[in-house]
Amino acid sequence: MIAPPPAKGDAGSAVYVAPAWKMTWWRFRRHKLALVCLWVVGFITLIALMPEFFATQDPFATSARRAYIPPQTLQLTHEGRLTWPFVYGVEGQRDPRTLRMEWVADQETRYPLQLFVRGFPYRLFGLIPTDRHLLGFADTPPGATPNLLGTDRLGRDQWSRLMYGTRISLSIGLVAVAISTVLGILLGGISGYYGGLTDNLIQRLIELLQALPPIPIWLALSAALPRTWPVTWVYFAITVILALLGWTRLAREVRGRFLSLREEDFVVAARLVGASQGRIIFSHMVPSFTSHIIAAVTLAIPLMILNETFLSFLGLGLRPPAISWGVLLQEAQNLQSVVNAPWLLIPGLFVIVTVLTLNILGDGLRDAADPYSS
Amino acid sequence: MQQTPTVPEARAFAVRSRTDLGEPILSVRGLKTHFVMDEGTVRAVDGVSFDVHPGEVVGIVGESGCGKSVALKSVLRLIQKPGRIVAGEIMYRRPGRNGARPELELDLATLPPLGRRIRQIRGGDIALIPQEPMASFSPLHTIGDQIVEAIRLHDPMSVADARKLAIAKLREVGMPSPEQRFRAYSWQLSGGLRQRAIIAMALSCNPAILVADEPTTAIDVTTQAQVLQLLRVLQQEHGSAIVFITHDLGVIAQLADHVVVMYLGRVMEQGPVRSIFHTPRHPYTRALLQSVPSVHSEARVQLPTIAGGIPHPLYRPPGCPFHPRCPDAMPGTCDVRVPAMVDDGSGQPVACFLHHDVAEADDGA
Amino acid sequence: MHWFILKRLLIIPFLLLIFSVISFVLIQAPPGDFLTSYIAELAQGGTTIDQAQIDALRRQYGLDRPIYMQYLLWVGNLLQGDLGVSLEWRRANVELIGERLVLTLALTTASLIFTWAVAIPIGILSATRQYSALDYVFTVLNYIGLATPNFLLALVLMWIAFDRFGMTVTGLFSPEYAQAPWSWGRFVNLLQHLWLPMIVLGVAGTAQIARVVRANLLDELGKPYSEMARAKGLPEWKLVLKYPTRVAIAPVISTLGWYVPQLLSGGLVVSVVMSLPTIGPLLLRALIGQDMYLAGTIILIFCVLTVIGTLISDILLALLDPRIRMEGN
Repeated sequence: MIAPPPAKGDAGSAVYVAPAWKMTWWRFRRHKLALVCLWVVGFITLIALMPEFFATQDPFATSARRAYIPPQTLQLTHEGRLTWPFVYGVEGQRDPRTLRMEWVADQETRYPLQLFVRGFPYRLFGLIPTDRHLLGFADTPPGATPNLLGTDRLGRDQWSRLMYGTRISLSIGLVAVAISTVLGILLGGISGYYGGLTDNLIQRLIELLQALPPIPIWLALSAALPRTWPVTWVYFAITVILALLGWTRLAREVRGRFLSLREEDFVVAARLVGASQGRIIFSHMVPSFTSHIIAAVTLAIPLMILNETFLSFLGLGLRPPAISWGVLLQEAQNLQSVVNAPWLLIPGLFVIVTVLTLNILGDGLRDAADPYSS
Repeated sequence: MQQTPTVPEARAFAVRSRTDLGEPILSVRGLKTHFVMDEGTVRAVDGVSFDVHPGEVVGIVGESGCGKSVALKSVLRLIQKPGRIVAGEIMYRRPGRNGARPELELDLATLPPLGRRIRQIRGGDIALIPQEPMASFSPLHTIGDQIVEAIRLHDPMSVADARKLAIAKLREVGMPSPEQRFRAYSWQLSGGLRQRAIIAMALSCNPAILVADEPTTAIDVTTQAQVLQLLRVLQQEHGSAIVFITHDLGVIAQLADHVVVMYLGRVMEQGPVRSIFHTPRHPYTRALLQSVPSVHSEARVQLPTIAGGIPHPLYRPPGCPFHPRCPDAMPGTCDVRVPAMVDDGSGQPVACFLHHDVAEADDGA
Repeated sequence: MHWFILKRLLIIPFLLLIFSVISFVLIQAPPGDFLTSYIAELAQGGTTIDQAQIDALRRQYGLDRPIYMQYLLWVGNLLQGDLGVSLEWRRANVELIGERLVLTLALTTASLIFTWAVAIPIGILSATRQYSALDYVFTVLNYIGLATPNFLLALVLMWIAFDRFGMTVTGLFSPEYAQAPWSWGRFVNLLQHLWLPMIVLGVAGTAQIARVVRANLLDELGKPYSEMARAKGLPEWKLVLKYPTRVAIAPVISTLGWYVPQLLSGGLVVSVVMSLPTIGPLLLRALIGQDMYLAGTIILIFCVLTVIGTLISDILLALLDPRIRMEGN
C-alpha cells in the first residue's frame, strides 16, 4: 500500500490520481538495493555502448611474446604514501627448468594511469572517428603497454577484450529476450485472450518445450550451424536459438495476466459498452500489465546472458574472433589453464555481477509492479 | 421520518441484563493496536474499552475498516507484524467452579504472543470462530484430524478418546452422520456444514468465551439464521460468553445482549441492545440505524446514507473521528478535542460532546 | 489415485513419440551427415576414400534411404531395445551409454536430494523469520547462487582444491577404480568423489527453490487456516511444519518438471569441466562429430528422464494433496 499525497484544500477537491507507471516508480524508488543495481546496470550498458572508449588496447592484437602476463593491478601507494594510481612494469624471465615465462613486477618502472588518452583509432558508436580512451598509459615503450587484467594465451589484453565482450554478451541477451518477448506476448496473449482450444494447444506446446533439457537442445541446434558462417550470422543464429526455448516463461506470464484481467470489471465494462477487441487489448489491458512485462523481461535477460555463456564456453556458441564473456571464459576451460593463469576467470566475475544486478533489479521492478505478489 | 429498526419483540432468546451477571470475565481497557509501516502508522484500534460478563453475548458493530476485527484478534494476541498492541490491558478472569471466585486473573496484553501461557488461553479459554470457515481448515488435513488436534492440545488424552469427543461435538452442532464427516476434508462440505464444523472445533475444549469474527458473512441467508440459532442454543447450554463482530445490525438485534458501536478504531457508544436500538445517543449510531431498511419503512423512498466516506486510515481527522461526517458536529469543539467515553449512570456510555464535555486526556497522542 | 496415475501414464507414449521426432529432427538438422564429416576428417589426415567405399558405408548405415525411413528404422530399433551403433566409436551405443547413464542418474539424483535437503529448510527459516538478519543473509546467498554459472563454480572450487590442498578433484573415481567392475569399494569411491559435483550442480537450483519455498510459505502463513491453528493454541514451529509447509511444499515438488531438465543440462557442463564420465561429454562429442544416432539417442534419453521426473512429481503431489488424489473419483 502506498500513501497518496494528502488531498489539498477541502474534502471536495479533486484527488490526484497517478498513472500506473508512476505508482510503480514510486514503489520501486523505495527499494534502495534495486536502485543501486539500476545504476550498475546503467554503467554496464554504457560499456556495452562504447567498449572502444573503455578499452586500453586493441583487443584483437596478439603478441606471442607477451602471453599470460598476470594482471598489472593499479597501485595507490608508493613508498608508503598515497599517490595517483599507477602500475608497475613487468619483466619476463624464462624459467630454465620448465621453460615457462615468469612475469615479475619491475618496481623501478612506474606507469601512471591517465584519463582521456590517445590510443588506437576507432569510430565511436560506429560513426565518430576518434582515438580518445577513458583510461590509458602514455609514454610507455612500444610493446610494453600495461595490461590491467593481464593477457591471455595469445598475449591479448584481457581488460580490453572484456570491454568488447560486454557489448556482445549484453546485446545477445537483449536481442534474444526481445525475440522471445515478441513471441511470448503474441502467443501468451492469444492463449490468454481467446482461451478454449487455442489456449489448450499453446499451453501443451509450452509444456512440451519446457520439458526439454535446454542445453543439449541448444547444443544440437548450434552444432547445426555451418562452420563457414561469418561471425554476425552466427551471432543472430545463436540469439534465435536461445529465443526458441526462451519465450515460454514470458508467454505463461502474459497469459496469466490476460486471464486475470479478462474478468476485471473495467475490461468487462469496456466489452459491454461495445469497445472493439483491439481497443480492449491495447488501450485497456496492455497498459495495466506493462510494468509486469518490463519486470519479466528484466528477469529474462540475465538468464539469456548465462545461457550464451554456457554455449560459448562449450565451444558451440559464438566462435572466435567474436568476443563474448563465454568466449573469454573458454580460455579457462580446464584446471590446467586456471592453475596457470587464474586471472582468466575474471570475466566470470563480470557475468556474476551483471546477472546479480539484473536479477535484483528485476525483482525490485516486479515487487513494485505488483505489491501483492510474492 | 424513517422508521428505525427495533429489537424484535419476538426475539428467540431473552435479553440478559448485566445486573444479574456478576463480575466481567473479560475487561478490555484503553486498548490500542497500531500498525507501524513505512507510509505511516495506522491506528487500527485506538483506545477501545468494553466488558464481557459470563454468559453474555456482546456484539461489536461498525462499518468495515473500523477496527473491530483487529480489536477481536488483539484479545487473542493474534496480531501479526507490523501490528502491535501499544497500550491498554486485556484482563481475563477464568471463572472458578460453580460460580466461585475467579481462579486466574491475567492481563493478556502483557503476555508474549508466542508464549506457552497465551497458547493455553487460546482455544482452551477463549476460542475463535473465524470469518471464513472454508479457508480456516487446512485443505490437506481432515476435519477430524484438526479437531482432535485442538482437543489434545488442551486436554491430554488418547487419540481414540479425542476422536470420540470430536464426533460427539460434531453431533452436538447438528452435523449429519458425524462419523463420516470426521474423515472428510473441508472442501467436501457445504458452507453451512463447514461453519458447523468450525463451531464444533471451537467448542471442543469448553471455552469460557467464544470469539466470533463475522460468523455469518460467508454463508447464505437461510443458513445464517440456522447458524445464529445454533450459536445461541449452544451458548445457553454451555454458558459460554460470546463476543462477535458484525456489520449487520440485524444479526446484532437477533443475538446480542450488549452492543458496542465502533468507528475508526474507537468506541462511539455502548449499551444494552434495547437501549442502543430504541434510544441511540451518538449521531453515528443513529445514522447507522437509519441506513438499514425496515419492514415498516415507506416503499420507494431512498434510504438515508451516511454522508461522506470513511477517511483514509493514514489520515485520521483530528478531534472526534466522526466529525467530518456528523450532521450535528460543533465546529471548534468536535474537530479539536477527542471526546471521552462517559457513563452518566444510564448504563449507555457515549463518546460525544453533545452529551457531555469530557475530553480524552491524551488528546491527539 | 489409481485413475490419476493411469491418466498420467497414458500420456507418456504420446510424449515419447513427440520427443523422438524432435530428437531426430535435431540430429538431422546439420548439413551433411556423419560420412561427410568422416570423409573430411580422413582427407585432412591425408587418406582418400573412393566412391564405392563411401556408397558401401552409406548403405551399411542406412544413410541412403529417405529421411522418414531412417526415422522409422531408428525408432523401430529403439523399441526393440536396440540403441544402435555409434558411427564414430564403431561400438554399440548401449556399451557407450550404459555406465555413463548410471552415473548421470547418480549425479542428478544426488543433486536433487541435496537441493531439497538444503533449499526447504532455508526457505522455511527465511519465511518464518522474514526481514531478520538470517533472511537477508540467505537472500544475498540466493542471488549469488542464481548468478554464478555452475562451470565457473566448478573451476573455482577445483582451483582452490588444487592450489590450497594439492588435490585434483576431477572425475568420479580414483584411477584404480575407473575401469574396475562394480564392487562395494567402487561404490564408496564414487560417493567420495560425487559430493563436490553434486554441490556444484545443485547450487543454482537450491537458490531458486529456496525462493519458491519462502514465497509460498509467506503466502500460506497469512492464510486463515494458519491463523486458526494459532488460535487453537498450537506452538508456532509445530504449526508451521504441519500446516503451511505442507501446502508450500507442493509447488516445490512440481518444480521437478523443470528442475530435472535443468539438472541434466547443467550436469552436461559440469561434467565437461570436471571430466566426469557421465552422458553429457559423450553428447557434446557426438554433436561435434555428427555421430547422429548416438546424439539422438542421448537427447531422447534426456527427454525420457524428464518424463519420469514429471511422473514422480505428479505421484508425490497426489500423495501430498487429497484434492489431486480424489480427482476423477
